[in-house]
Amino acid sequence: MITIQSISHSYGSTHRIDFKDWEINNGEQWLLLGESGSGKTTLLHVLTGILKPTTGEVIMEGTSMYTLSSKELDQFRGRNIGIIFQRPHLIKSLTITENLTLAQSFANLPEDLKRVNEVLESLGIANKKNAYPSELSHGQLQRVSIARAVINKPALLIADEPTSSLDDKNAQAVLELLMQQSGLNQATLIVATHDKRVKDAFTNTYELK
Amino acid sequence: MSPLKISWKSLWSKPLSSALNIMLIAFGTGILTILLLASTQIGEKLDNNSKDIDLVVGAKGSPLQLILSSIYYIDFPTGNIPLKVAQELAHSPFVKRAVPLAQGDNYQGIRIVGTDSNFVRIYKLKTSTGKFWAADFEVTIGSAVAANQKLKIGDTFFGAHGLTGSSDIHKTHAYKVVGILTPQANVTDNLILTNISSVWKMHEDHEKEEAAEHHQDQHKHEDGETHHHESQRPDQTGHNEEKEITALLIQYRSPMSVVMFPRMVNQSTSLQAASPAMESTRLFSLIGVGVDTLQWFAALIMLIAAISVFVNLYNSLKERNYDLAIMRTLGASRAKLFCIVIFEGILLTLAGTIIGIILGHLVLQFIGTYQESSQARLNGLIFLKDEIYLFAAGLAIGIFAGIIPALQAYRSNISKILSKN
Repeated sequence: MITIQSISHSYGSTHRIDFKDWEINNGEQWLLLGESGSGKTTLLHVLTGILKPTTGEVIMEGTSMYTLSSKELDQFRGRNIGIIFQRPHLIKSLTITENLTLAQSFANLPEDLKRVNEVLESLGIANKKNAYPSELSHGQLQRVSIARAVINKPALLIADEPTSSLDDKNAQAVLELLMQQSGLNQATLIVATHDKRVKDAFTNTYELK
Repeated sequence: MSPLKISWKSLWSKPLSSALNIMLIAFGTGILTILLLASTQIGEKLDNNSKDIDLVVGAKGSPLQLILSSIYYIDFPTGNIPLKVAQELAHSPFVKRAVPLAQGDNYQGIRIVGTDSNFVRIYKLKTSTGKFWAADFEVTIGSAVAANQKLKIGDTFFGAHGLTGSSDIHKTHAYKVVGILTPQANVTDNLILTNISSVWKMHEDHEKEEAAEHHQDQHKHEDGETHHHESQRPDQTGHNEEKEITALLIQYRSPMSVVMFPRMVNQSTSLQAASPAMESTRLFSLIGVGVDTLQWFAALIMLIAAISVFVNLYNSLKERNYDLAIMRTLGASRAKLFCIVIFEGILLTLAGTIIGIILGHLVLQFIGTYQESSQARLNGLIFLKDEIYLFAAGLAIGIFAGIIPALQAYRSNISKILSKN
C-alpha cells in the first residue's frame, strides 16, 4: 500500500506545485493523467524516491521513503519500484541479459539467470538475450525496459509516458504488456500519461490539474 | 555485476579512445622504464668495474679517456708510459698493489690485455676451466668471450693490431687458450688476458714487418689505427731500449695515499693520475643531463596521457549521464557510480602502465642485442624493485584523471537528468 500525504514541491521560490493526497492499494492499476507541465514527472519522481518533496511524505509498505538515507533509498527503490521510461534507455555496453542482471545486482539481489529467461520469455524476446541494445528495434527495446522494470518483482511498477511516441496498435500492445506483467508479478501499476487513448483501460484515475 | 565489470565493459564499448589512452600511458611509462633500467645498469656496471681500483696512472691526456680505456675498455688509451717509471710508482710505499696493463691488439673486437697476476688478485678472478696464462702467447679468456666466440681450451687464434677491426692481423704468433674465467659480471667477462711480454713480442715482430711494408706501400695505414700505433712507439729508434705499457691500476695502501699519491704522480712524473670514482661520477653527471631531459619528456607524455584520460572520461560522462541516472533508479548508490567512473580511469592507466613496462623491457633487450660494445651491454630481462613506483604512478594518474568525473557522477541530480529526456 502506498500513500502520499500533503505533498508539495517548489522549484525555486516562485513555482510551487501542490498534490492532493493519494492512496493506492496493492495490486491496483492506476492512470496518472495530466497535461505536460502539470507536474506529472515531478510527482512520479517523488513517488519513486528520486526527488525529495519540499513538504509531505510518501509511505510505501509502511516505510516513509524520505526518512531513509540516500543509500538506503537507492536500495529501497531498486528492490520495490520498477520504472519504465518514455524512451527505453539501456546500458549500451552491456548485452540484454547483462542489463537485466545489472538490475538484480544493483538491488543487492543474487544474479538469477532463470528469472531473466523467464521474464524475457514472457515478453517474447528470449531470442535476443545475448544481443546488444544497438541491435534491437525500438519495440524490442521497450520490451526489454519493461523486463528490466519487473525483473526484481517490484511492489510498484511505474511507467512514464510509455505510449506517447507509439501508433495506436503499438500503444495498445505496450499497455497490454504492462497490465499483463503487473498481474504476473503482482505489482501495483501506475501509468503516467497525457495520452487519452489509454484512458479506457483503467478504472482508477488520479488527475492532475 | 560488480562496478569493476561495468567499467571494463564500458571501456570495451569504445575501443578506439581506450586504445589511444592506453597507448599514451604505455609510451610514457615505456620511456621511464627504459631510463630507469638503463641508468641503473650503467651505474652498477660503472661501480662494479672500478670497485677495488683507487687510481689509474697513464699518459697525459683526458683523465676520463684514461679511465674509460683502462677500467671500462671502451675508449682508446691516452698513450703509453715508460715501464721504468711505472715500476718506480708501483714500488712506492703508498701503493698496496699495482697492475700493469698493455693494450693494443684485439680479436674480433675483443681487447687483448697484457697484464700480470696482480690483475687476477685485484679483480678476484677464478677460472672455471683450465688455468691462468703463464708462458708467452698463452691466454685466459672471459666467460662471455668463450661463449660468444666459441673458444675452448687448446684453441688458437691470431690477434689483430688496434683495438677494433681485423684488417691487420699479427700472423707471426698465435695465441693459445689455456683457461676460461668464471662469469664475473664485469668487464673481465669480455677480455682476453695474457702476459705483457706477449704483447711486446707481438709488436716487435710486427714493427719489423711494418717497417719493410712502409717502404713498399705508403697508403696502407691511413686509418685511425695508425695514429695509435705511432703513439705506441714515440721514438722509432729507441723502442727496443725502453719498454712501455699502457696504464697502471693502483690500489692504495692506506687512506693517506688518497691525498699524497695523485699529487706525487702529477708533479714528479710526466704522467697523469685519474680517480675512477671521480671520473665515473663526472661521466654519470654528463649522461645524467640527457637522462633528466628524457625523464621530463616522459613525464610530459604522462601528463598529456592523464589529461587525455580525463577528457575521455569527462566527455563520456556527458553521454552517460542518463545511463548513470538509470543505474541509480535501479538501486545503485552514489558510491557505486563513483567507483564505476574512477575504475575506468584506473583500468586505463594501469593497463597502459603494464604494457609500458613490458614494452620498456623488450625495447631495452632489443637495444642490448644490437649494441656494439659488449662492455656496456644492457639487459632488458632484469626487473627492478623501483618499477613498483611506476605502477604507483600509473595508479595515481588514473585516480587523478578520474576523480573529477567520478565526483560529478556522485553528485549528479538524477531527477533533473531524467526529466530532461
